[in-house]
Amino acid sequence: MDALFFWILAAAAVVASLLVIGQRNPMHSVMWLIVSFCALSGLYVLLGAPFVAAIQIIIYAGAIMVLFLFVVMLLNVPTETPTEGPRRLLTAGPRRFGAVLAVVLVAELAWALRRVQGAAMPVNAAETSVHAIGLRLYRDYAFAFEATSVLILVAMVGAVILARRESK
Amino acid sequence: MPEPTLNSYLMLSAVLFAIGTAGVFLRRNLITILLSVEVMLNAVNLTFVAADRFFQTVDGQIIVFFVMTVAAAEAAVGLAIIIALFRHRESLNPDAFTSLKW
Repeated sequence: MDALFFWILAAAAVVASLLVIGQRNPMHSVMWLIVSFCALSGLYVLLGAPFVAAIQIIIYAGAIMVLFLFVVMLLNVPTETPTEGPRRLLTAGPRRFGAVLAVVLVAELAWALRRVQGAAMPVNAAETSVHAIGLRLYRDYAFAFEATSVLILVAMVGAVILARRESK
Repeated sequence: MPEPTLNSYLMLSAVLFAIGTAGVFLRRNLITILLSVEVMLNAVNLTFVAADRFFQTVDGQIIVFFVMTVAAAEAAVGLAIIIALFRHRESLNPDAFTSLKW
């Protein structure tokens, strides 16, 4: 059952991510990225990490993507114009060479990965309750936690200064 | 359906990271490029959580927590820069910003 869920969610994450980079309209990209985040959140649940799954939805899909959507709407972002002017930085020779190298790399990877025996996941998840994470976070990672709050403060001030309209 | 192993998770993560990298190089829109960076960050988060399960610890999840915080800071500053650039040039095409090109 878990295996089925894993493959469904993995396929959803990959397809949604491909659609993120396959769109010309940034609004659609943001929407597909949210789909990708939801699939990843499901994978975190499968991995026995409900805390990460929750903050994935709340912080990533909730807060950060809303920020992106807000900017997309604020700027009324034009959809990407299909490459005006020549974008061919490389001539045909190097392109063909690069394509051959890419095919060789994929073939090598496929060959190597077929020989590897996958390491099976432990059946039971470790103690990953919010309680355990909180203890570790506020005890062993207390300094990093405080440093992060300073980072957020700096980012906030920086964003305000950068986006401010210059007064004459 | 084969049971997912640690390698399945790592391979999925590698695929997502490659997709994000491709997006950074292929797209001609600053916002989509930032979104591709988010895809890459998420691929790395998946690696951390999978390794966490494998080694039976919680440290990876704490690092994921920090990665998300940094991603939020990065998005805020990046979008502020994008707003400033858009005001300046009325464009989001990275090819339009070449003043520093030597």
